[in-house]
Amino acid sequence: MRPRRSIPLTLITALALIYSLLPLVWLLISATKTQEGLFGSFGLWFSGDFAFFGNIADVFAYHDGIFGRWLLNTLLYVVAGAGGATLLAALAGYGLAKFDFAGRRAVFAVVLGGVAVPPTALAVPIFLMFAKMGLTDTPWAVIIPTLASPFGLYLMWTYSRDAVPDEILESARIDGAGEFTTFFSLAVPLLAPGLVTVLLFNTVMTWNNFFLPLIMLKDADLFPLTLGLYSWNEQGTTAGGDVVFDLVITGSLLTIVPLIVAFLLLQRYWQSGLAAGSVKQ
Amino acid sequence: MSTRRSWIGWQFTGPFLAVFALVFLAPIGYAAYLSLFRNRLIGGTAFVGLENYTKAFSDPQFFEALSRVALFLVVQVPIMLFLALLIALALDSGRLYGAGFFRISVFLPYAVPSVVAALMWGFMYGTRIGLVGNVNDAFGITLPDPLSPDLILAAIGNIVTWEFVGYNMIILYSGLRVVDTALYEAAAIDGAGQFRIIRAIKLPALRGPLAVATIFSIIGSFQLFNEPQILDTIAPNSITTYFTPNVYAYQLSFGGQQVNYSATIALIMGVVTMIVAYLFQRRSIGAGR
Repeated sequence: MRPRRSIPLTLITALALIYSLLPLVWLLISATKTQEGLFGSFGLWFSGDFAFFGNIADVFAYHDGIFGRWLLNTLLYVVAGAGGATLLAALAGYGLAKFDFAGRRAVFAVVLGGVAVPPTALAVPIFLMFAKMGLTDTPWAVIIPTLASPFGLYLMWTYSRDAVPDEILESARIDGAGEFTTFFSLAVPLLAPGLVTVLLFNTVMTWNNFFLPLIMLKDADLFPLTLGLYSWNEQGTTAGGDVVFDLVITGSLLTIVPLIVAFLLLQRYWQSGLAAGSVKQ
Repeated sequence: MSTRRSWIGWQFTGPFLAVFALVFLAPIGYAAYLSLFRNRLIGGTAFVGLENYTKAFSDPQFFEALSRVALFLVVQVPIMLFLALLIALALDSGRLYGAGFFRISVFLPYAVPSVVAALMWGFMYGTRIGLVGNVNDAFGITLPDPLSPDLILAAIGNIVTWEFVGYNMIILYSGLRVVDTALYEAAAIDGAGQFRIIRAIKLPALRGPLAVATIFSIIGSFQLFNEPQILDTIAPNSITTYFTPNVYAYQLSFGGQQVNYSATIALIMGVVTMIVAYLFQRRSIGAGR
């Protein structure tokens, strides 16, 4: 029994669509304008000069190409931070789901409590602690705090419990395989959809991270893209600073494109992942 | 066998726990330790017991910041979740043309960093290169300035709604997808209309997902930082140094060198967030059983 499609309902829902996409359209159109064009033209239509490719070249050329450096830094933080967080969450989630060991319940309670502790509340204390340890203003200051993802662990625990049958593990043990060999060769393929989901969400969180790098980093050579864009915008609003709104806008567009592409390509995974993570209780 | 299993379980869980201890447990402990001291201009750091806490609870700036995020929570979160619910129900009804396109488009803002979202909306709110300015010029009118002190909180509410309405919609939509469709058919045979089905079947099924979405929104509201911090560069007169508790904690540490008091504020906010989230969870889950 398939419900009939409704034009009025589609039109009403289209308002939400416009609301969601309008700022992105504004950003895309604005990225085609020169700074003069930005000030002198209507925001939702093109100005006379099409400066899109010139703007992209300018973004990468400004200040000896520091934007490229920020892009590489962001990639490093994502690969090491989000990748590492996914690996640690997978190992621990699997460990909690598949081994009944002393202290398991306590571990689970503490980590679940961790889900409710907002990372931002911890950022200032972590900074103070890392400053004592001499870790601030190094890449470690951004990477280490992203490595622990209690929510990722929760998702991986749910996945491991449901997707990896105990019988497979038992037969691998009878064959004499080591537990870690079994994990990487048997369990990881079964956990793949869960792993992709956790990796994707950790990636978004790390790619979009702002508060932590803002606190931890002073050296502009270590900035991720978000902090770099913030500093460009800030310099335009201080007295005597270089006004580069065109670069802020085009840089913003370049910052969001990789994630949007990742989301579109991996739709199937994050949707099933969210379903599993948020609904099963 | 059991000791071997125990050892292996710890090997799998250990690396995560080590990092967790370093970046969750240790900072909480360290903040608690720091909150018991105060740095004085003369005499250096001195143990002051709970003085920082009594100071916080009678600090008008902290109180104003806390009231502001509480107001934000009470107004913005229901609006956002209601919108998310409407879109999720519309998608789930199966009556939309291009439902897949709707779903992914409304979700896309979630992939946009809050820095970019705040910059983008900040520009659009502006009168110089923004849409508000465009409309004013085109019609020769003066719209209320979203970046003015009176409207800035609502302007931030709009940015946060834009960022997270799709995320919450997906959580609710996923909740609706797992409802057994046989229930709808049975209800339809009994003569129930669409609205009756929503009220009697769909909304009760969404109790869990709504609780999850609300808890994440509570945490997000109390921790509000990125959007005001970024708008501060665009609308410096509207964002105070104690606009939200997190902005205040940041300013105390980095603008005022009051690390002990800053740690106290951070700790209080962590505890307040956990308590409110816990109470809400107990109420919403407890009422369901």
